[in-house]
Amino acid sequence: MDTNIWRPILYLIGFMAFAGINAAYLGWCERKGAGRIQRRTGPMEVGFQGLLQPLADGLKLMSKQLLVPDGVDSILFRVAPILAMIPALTSMAVIPFAGNVQARAVELSVLLIFALASIGMMAVLLGGWASGNKYSLISAARSVSQNLAYEIPMLVTVITIVMLTGSMNLEEIAAAQQGGFWNWNIFPVASHSLAQAIIMPVSFIIFFICSVAETNRAPFDMAEAESELIAGHMTEYGSMGFGLFMMGEYLNMVVGACLITILFLGGWDGPLGLSGGIWWFLVKIYLLLFTVIWVRWTYPRTQIYKLLNLSWKILIPFSLVNLLLTAAFIKVF
Amino acid sequence: MSEYISDVIGGSKSLLVGLSITAREFFKPVVTEQYPWVVPEMTERFRGHIELIRDEKTGKPKCIVCGMCMRSCPSGCISLAGKKPEGEKKKALTKYHLDFTTCSLCGTCIESCNFGAIQFSNEYNLASTRKEDYIFDLLKRLEEQG
Amino acid sequence: MSVPVQCRHDETFVLNLGPQHPATHGVLRVKLTMDGEYIVKAEPVLGYIHRMHEKMAEDGNFAQFMPNTARMDYLHALAYNHGYCLAVERAAGIEVPERAEYIRVITVEMNRLTSHLLWWAAFLLDLGGFSPLLYAFDDREQILDLLERITGSRLTYCYFRFGGVYNDIDDEFIAGTYAFIKRLRSRLPRLYHDLVTGNIILIKRLKGIGMLSKEQARRYGCTGPVARGSGINYDVRKNEPYSVYPEFDFDVPVYNECDSMARYMVRMDEIEQSMRIIEQALDKLPDGPVRAKVPKILKPAAGDYWASVETARGNLGHRLVCDGKKNPYKLKLRSPTFSNLSCFGEVAEGMLLADALAFMGSLDLVIPEIDR
Repeated sequence: MDTNIWRPILYLIGFMAFAGINAAYLGWCERKGAGRIQRRTGPMEVGFQGLLQPLADGLKLMSKQLLVPDGVDSILFRVAPILAMIPALTSMAVIPFAGNVQARAVELSVLLIFALASIGMMAVLLGGWASGNKYSLISAARSVSQNLAYEIPMLVTVITIVMLTGSMNLEEIAAAQQGGFWNWNIFPVASHSLAQAIIMPVSFIIFFICSVAETNRAPFDMAEAESELIAGHMTEYGSMGFGLFMMGEYLNMVVGACLITILFLGGWDGPLGLSGGIWWFLVKIYLLLFTVIWVRWTYPRTQIYKLLNLSWKILIPFSLVNLLLTAAFIKVF
Repeated sequence: MSEYISDVIGGSKSLLVGLSITAREFFKPVVTEQYPWVVPEMTERFRGHIELIRDEKTGKPKCIVCGMCMRSCPSGCISLAGKKPEGEKKKALTKYHLDFTTCSLCGTCIESCNFGAIQFSNEYNLASTRKEDYIFDLLKRLEEQG
Repeated sequence: MSVPVQCRHDETFVLNLGPQHPATHGVLRVKLTMDGEYIVKAEPVLGYIHRMHEKMAEDGNFAQFMPNTARMDYLHALAYNHGYCLAVERAAGIEVPERAEYIRVITVEMNRLTSHLLWWAAFLLDLGGFSPLLYAFDDREQILDLLERITGSRLTYCYFRFGGVYNDIDDEFIAGTYAFIKRLRSRLPRLYHDLVTGNIILIKRLKGIGMLSKEQARRYGCTGPVARGSGINYDVRKNEPYSVYPEFDFDVPVYNECDSMARYMVRMDEIEQSMRIIEQALDKLPDGPVRAKVPKILKPAAGDYWASVETARGNLGHRLVCDGKKNPYKLKLRSPTFSNLSCFGEVAEGMLLADALAFMGSLDLVIPEIDR
């Protein structure tokens, strides 16, 4: 405890508020975005342009009875939605939004975030298993195989970044990329070699696909799959239990976007050498979040074994080759 | 192997094409109407529930209470009655009820009417939580239209 | 993908797909015996929306059954109108004026477009793509607006009458239809084919999935796009021509791949063929009456009559038995979806759940038509 105790507490409250607002309003953004893509208006009735819609939805969900059906494992059934929220919220504590804007500086923050992301998968597994519903059970099984398959290429890609920077601290990784987009890890032509700059965009794409898959977003929403499994692990949930799952999903998206921004897009660094700041960080994560929403409303869902094929046959070989090449370049140059 | 490579490259290209199409749709104007605020116009031939037609000369319904519509209706949703007023030759309509819960808007009653006394209305804003609200008294409706 | 499923029978479980499930498009229930995500046995259970339409036909007179026809296959209601009219007209020996025949073809083909567009939308929804649904509905609404102008209804039409149609079409409708065809032709390549047909995810999910062999399709009596996707060149409009179809130049798309993608492509090609038929019919539209003089109460001579038409889902047959009275003695319907669904149990064996649902979607089921 080298710093004052108040600092982490104040920052944590700030990040919790940030997380809460995001979890609520990303839903609104998603509905508006989907509406515009489909040439509709999206929510319009509650407040100007439907801006109060998340509030109305939240009130509705909270005023409903938390129904625990017969035949469910009642403890796990109640724990699962909370487990969907907590890891994502906790991850926010170690994310550096700008230089020194971080609740708790942890030396191995990359490792911590990935450890927490794996717990997020447990929420789907427990929720699906505890529901005592066959559709939910299939969803739980799917989610485990999906997460296992996608964590491998994700981690392998992160190792390349760690090798480039020589650190597992998110703040240091971001700090190493300051000074214009030619220093960012997505295209590190200035900070590293040109050869390295050619393979890093591939790593970026692999990481992006994996983070979409890890957060169970379309087209990889195998666990939810509303037309096959009728929302899978969430089938038996109502009221705030369902609400927590939804908020957890959006928070995971935010954490994923933050991670991509820090690992590949220079964190809070301004492009073209402009002075950095928290604003650049926010612009980047919202652009990424919009892309995720945009992807969701464009493609049909993949099939579970196609999804695993994509990971095992395309993403893992590519990420391994990237890792080897990066190691070679570091040795040579 | 070549199939694998063409899958990866062709597949990525098709995904990008998809994204570009939805992006272009994103900036196009919306095509929907905000229903309760913008009310669509029904076309002339729109089939709402049936209504009685007034005889312009007498101001009374054209109906002569022959009961053809009642007999021709496949679902039996029309019930009507009439009686002869004192000193007149023709029967006058006293009751014309339409049970809209079973009506299928086929138009058989309108075709069966030899006197052109009924037609489709343009009514489509119908909503209720009670079944009884859909048993329409068409005679009363005609009088209210005045 | 047919994977030989080896399972121990004590490890399977029964999954009730439906009668309320978003992918069964209504109240179909499929009893699935599953081994993990693989289907060991699939057994469709019917009858949840049985409404005794055939019995209702015997109760009223001939004209009184007309509104019922639209309520069986609500997506291609005008084809049901047409089939029933054709059967009764054959029984009673009614001649239909030429203009009425043309109007019938135009409206039936437009209704076929709405049916295929809706199938496309719902199929993509089964596969998890939501945006195509609204693009297709945008186009479908345009046709419904046009049809509403002349028929007065948007879904359950009761527009055909024995010996013609209810009322004539007008110039605005003709101009609107030409404009619509132009619009759909410009939208098809981009919004339909580039966005969806060419998409690698869709191709991977449909190619080689749901193999319904030619022999199986024949054995189960599959018709319509399902049979044509399995390489059977059979279309009632060509093989047993009725109405004025012989006067139009159109192709019957046939694909030999037998998979879900083939059935998808057949329907996409049929959209284009239907547009061709509508254009030709509008170009050649003759003048004249739209309705023959027909007595209000029909009493066809005793006999056994058959009429089949091509709906969006296949061969629809009406068998009409008359005994000289004013109501049918018996009306038996041969609905295409019933036969098309029958093959589901055999084909779905050994499939993954998600693939089976994609296969079910490619069959284009309309449940009220199966149960009647």
